Amino acid sequence: MDSPRFIVTSSPHVRSADSTRTIMLDVLIALVPSLAVAVFTFGGRALVLTALSVASCVFFEWLWCRLMKKPQSAGDLSAAVTGVLLAFNLPVSVPLWIPVVGAAFAILIVKQLYGGLGKNIFNPALAARVFLMLSWPKYMTRFTAPHTALPWLSAVDAVSCATPLTALREGGFSSPGFAGMLLGQVGGCLGETSALALAAGGVYLLARRVISWRIPASYLAVTALAALLFPQGGLGALEYTAVALTSGGLLLGALFMATDYASSPVTPEGQLIFGAGCGLLTVFIRYFGAYAEGVSFSILMMNALVWLIDSNFKPKRYGTPSRWVRVRDTFRAAFAKWDAEPDDETKGGGAA
Amino acid sequence: MSASFRGGIHPEPHKESTSRKRVEVLPPPRELIFPMSMHIGVPCEPAVQKGDRVLRGQKLGDSAAFISAPVHASVSGVVTAVEKRLHSSGAKLLSVVVENDGLDTPAPVSGVPDWENAGPDALIAAIRECGIVGHGGAAFPTHAKLRSAVGPVDTLIINAAECEPYITADHRALLERSAEIVGGMRVLRRIFGQVRVCLAIEKNKPDAIALMRRAMKNDPGFEVVELETKYPQGGEKQIIRAITGREVPPGKLPSEAGCCVMNVDTSAAVWRAVAEGVPDTERIVTISGSAIAVPKNLLVRVGTPVSALVAAAGGFAVPPQKFIMGGPMMGSAQFSLDVPVLKATNAVLFFSENEDRRVRTPVCIRCGRCISVCPMRLLPTYMYMNAMRGRWGECEALNVMDCMECGACTYECPGSLHLTQTFRVAKARVIERRKK
Repeated sequence: MDSPRFIVTSSPHVRSADSTRTIMLDVLIALVPSLAVAVFTFGGRALVLTALSVASCVFFEWLWCRLMKKPQSAGDLSAAVTGVLLAFNLPVSVPLWIPVVGAAFAILIVKQLYGGLGKNIFNPALAARVFLMLSWPKYMTRFTAPHTALPWLSAVDAVSCATPLTALREGGFSSPGFAGMLLGQVGGCLGETSALALAAGGVYLLARRVISWRIPASYLAVTALAALLFPQGGLGALEYTAVALTSGGLLLGALFMATDYASSPVTPEGQLIFGAGCGLLTVFIRYFGAYAEGVSFSILMMNALVWLIDSNFKPKRYGTPSRWVRVRDTFRAAFAKWDAEPDDETKGGGAA
Repeated sequence: MSASFRGGIHPEPHKESTSRKRVEVLPPPRELIFPMSMHIGVPCEPAVQKGDRVLRGQKLGDSAAFISAPVHASVSGVVTAVEKRLHSSGAKLLSVVVENDGLDTPAPVSGVPDWENAGPDALIAAIRECGIVGHGGAAFPTHAKLRSAVGPVDTLIINAAECEPYITADHRALLERSAEIVGGMRVLRRIFGQVRVCLAIEKNKPDAIALMRRAMKNDPGFEVVELETKYPQGGEKQIIRAITGREVPPGKLPSEAGCCVMNVDTSAAVWRAVAEGVPDTERIVTISGSAIAVPKNLLVRVGTPVSALVAAAGGFAVPPQKFIMGGPMMGSAQFSLDVPVLKATNAVLFFSENEDRRVRTPVCIRCGRCISVCPMRLLPTYMYMNAMRGRWGECEALNVMDCMECGACTYECPGSLHLTQTFRVAKARVIERRKK
């Protein structure tokens, strides 16, 4: 038999069907419920802002690859995800150039200058949000009440409405009711208001194994624990916990931002630590900081610690005792020594 | 709850195309090739010359080295050449070429018929004389494994996990050779003394589990352990962890954890060697893959060129792109159908498409899947990062030498990185550095 020509490569010879593109597509799908609620709550302008943000992010990604003669990565959909997340972090009343400037900052500076996909230290959408907030605070902190009729495209001259957490801090918090918070019928950024829609997306990502439970779980657990122990604004412990968990972009942050692959730890224990750190910082900022909402800053601060966390929380090496066994053995050895010391004295001081 | 380890992947099994097909006997071809190296360890010295007449089961080569195993003729015939021939390692290795006379005239056999009263030394000697090596893939000489394991071992694990996709050779062996397998386990029990004997089968083979439970019910101390269906469940360190909860310390042998792991078909070979004196010259091979017309399980004489197996499987349905000896996760790609089936060849696979989804620009997105699937709990993404920059010392510090090249990380990687391939290079570099 004539031997056909074979491709020779090193094993393994099969791969799963998952790719960067399918993962990013899953994230986009998970964000759809929140986008739907945003359009319902804040009107068509929400859709315009999101579309503009996505288009800008993809454009800048394409432009960078074109200019730098790098392989084109606009098709991997990661820029589109950044675009949606950036839009979700904007108040609906911002001028239309805001998402474009934000997209340029997110993609060109935060992502590509650090080496592109997977190499950026900070979450691009969050870093862009903070950049916009510090540069144009008057636009970035002007929230509109739900169902205010806003023009789709022209400038907005809207009456502002406090977010639940700001109201709580400055007085005048009137509970929108639990249903209002779950369904997102409160003031806030585009995509952060509906706890239910965000949670639905989070469950989808967990089910599709796109994210692990570790970061969201430890993030939310630490925040909830602090809220239960130290309720604010004269609310009861349970009521405040409900407000703390459903508002201020906490779910958006815990499910979609803190879980960003490039800017979060890859080790299992590291992910728990990272989430808990985000929770602690969020609580500190909310309780003692100048901002009523601490999610963006806390995630960005933890982003800076990722390498440190990963290198200190490596998984236990197969065939070696676990960290806990080692700690236990150290203690046992110390106690054994402690116990042994009186004996040494009775024997007359030992060999020394 | 079935036994398992932490990590691992669930690749498409693709076993359904052959798992229900009875093993067919492949008539030996006219010319067979016997490389003097069918095992890990020292190659054999040829014991025959061109023109010699050989009998079926006659020794063609042997070595005085401890880690080695003799090679026997699987047919009777005439030695037509003692020369270098293509081997599945990709190199040309010294081989004995035999022209089959079609008579199958057997060589006289001895064995240890009274094995129930024989000592471990006599049994292990018989296993060595018959050239038994591990049938699971690594082809470690069985007598050498037994010699070093008797004593410290309290658990004997017969590995029938068969966790690689496509392969059903061990599954068919369980169903069609259960008596030989149990016989081999009894012989091994005789060698080891009073140890726990576990036959470990992935639970995707319920028919084999039921059959073996019945076949072993009169043997106290023998048990069937159901394993979770997961790759690499059949990895030595993973199966030990799954069954005993113990872990083999880094760089040490399984006996350090009190275990000896042996492939299930090796157990059958041990039985034939000890009870009947039959050398290791025949085995079940699964021929499958998207390019094969009629996937099947074949009983093949060792030394048969793969081209004969392809012909028996109806040839190619579509033009093949890739030819793999062994499983798709750890098997090696071949470039010629002339390579012979060896003692540890459990499958030959032919793929018609780009099943490894090669891409031009692999990018790590730091999703961490490689870490969650690594059965050795390594940090593939960080090892890769360092290896790509030539930081071999960092790779060593990240325990790259623990990597068993199972390919789970590469399978799972959405960025299509060549992780396993890179670690292979890194391991070689680390060894070079240690020598300096």
